[in-house]
Amino acid sequence: MARADAGRRARSLLVAVVLGHVLLISAQVGTPAGPSLLRTTAVAVVTEFQEGSWVVAGAIQSVWNGYAALRGVREENARLTEENTSLNVQLQQARAGAAAADQLRRLLELRPLLSWKTTGAEVVAGSLSPDYRAITIDKGLKDGIGRDMPVLSGAGVLGRVALPAGDTATVQLIIDRSAAVAVRTERTRTEGIALGNGDGTLRLEYLTATADIAQGDAVVTAGLDGVYPPGLAVGVIERVERTGTTYRQVVIRPYADFSRLEAVLVLVAPAPVWAPPLAAPAEKVNR
Amino acid sequence: MTALRVAALVLAAVLIQSALSRSGGGALGDLVLVAVVAAGLLHGRVAGLLTGTAAGLLQDALGGGMLGLSGLGKCIAGYVAGVAGTQFIVTQWVSRGFLFLGASALNSLCFIGLSMLLGLRRYDNPLLEVVTQAVFNAAVGVLLFYVIEFMPVAREQWSAVLERRRKRRYH
Repeated sequence: MARADAGRRARSLLVAVVLGHVLLISAQVGTPAGPSLLRTTAVAVVTEFQEGSWVVAGAIQSVWNGYAALRGVREENARLTEENTSLNVQLQQARAGAAAADQLRRLLELRPLLSWKTTGAEVVAGSLSPDYRAITIDKGLKDGIGRDMPVLSGAGVLGRVALPAGDTATVQLIIDRSAAVAVRTERTRTEGIALGNGDGTLRLEYLTATADIAQGDAVVTAGLDGVYPPGLAVGVIERVERTGTTYRQVVIRPYADFSRLEAVLVLVAPAPVWAPPLAAPAEKVNR
Repeated sequence: MTALRVAALVLAAVLIQSALSRSGGGALGDLVLVAVVAAGLLHGRVAGLLTGTAAGLLQDALGGGMLGLSGLGKCIAGYVAGVAGTQFIVTQWVSRGFLFLGASALNSLCFIGLSMLLGLRRYDNPLLEVVTQAVFNAAVGVLLFYVIEFMPVAREQWSAVLERRRKRRYH
């Protein structure tokens, strides 16, 4: 009798919990409201523990990197020196190009592009589930991090801040299945939406039939989604499959290496840089 | 005591999972689900149900996804594991493996099914996703039970070693 009662109670609890989940999910469908209190509290509490585990994992990794993985350092050093020299040359060329562009901009009386204020952050934890591709960084609301701020690595776009908490923030990576970025190809300025495949690549969708896309085309952000500013490097077209005139599948390989994320950069806000007023035609003085 | 033990198990799974996927490379399996199924098997269906709910909501909250998506699959998986643990003899590695496989498949089907139904995510090959995760979780689950069962034996052996040393010192 008691066992039957316990069974009935457990079944009732199951029904109540499942119903609770269904109601919770239904309440969120179609309401893109800000993060809930439950979510923010959970993030704040768990990331404290995650930071602790990160310290332990970091210590193990540093022992490994410091002692066991030193083989081939000499060759790597030589390669990096060569790469550094080449990058310095490229940097000088880019500076020269920028100076020329500035001069032209001044000549055309255009407003200079706003540079972004950035803040560096370290990755303290990964995702708790294989179904989500997210990372946790060690900067949060207290450091001026807000929702939807773009996050970058040296190579390219990583994702956006999905959920900022006190000292930490959850970043949704662009390779997550529910992530999307408005992009364009550099060669033909063809615009589309890059969606995460969940396997480390992106797929380019919403292309017109006349779009000109080829393997090897560089893809940058288009700046149309209200999250990512235009011109940030995203990746390169890896594969293009066509059926007649329509694109069946266009796969983008991101520049950023998502398997080795340690330090990231958050674009906090456009810096309040000096910008000349948009040229009002100079008034003629009648004498 | 049971609640503490289950909480410690889930917390350990959470920390290991987040440390393993810290670099953003993602993980093959779901250690949190393994902990939920283990809680159901060891402590019954109510424990499995509640652990699954809490762990799933935590995953959703920290993953930036819709709250309840992971929770629903995990609470059902935990409950089913608890029922199987009381109705059947699940002591062999094969039966445990099948239980983890089934619970993991159930969880993935719930998550992927709801995600596709609500248009939140697109899966090119959802079946492959379900099978890969289920096989990985089953392997980790079987291994976890070996460790759990080995712990009392190891403790006894260690006590025996200490006892022998103490006796030797007296003699």
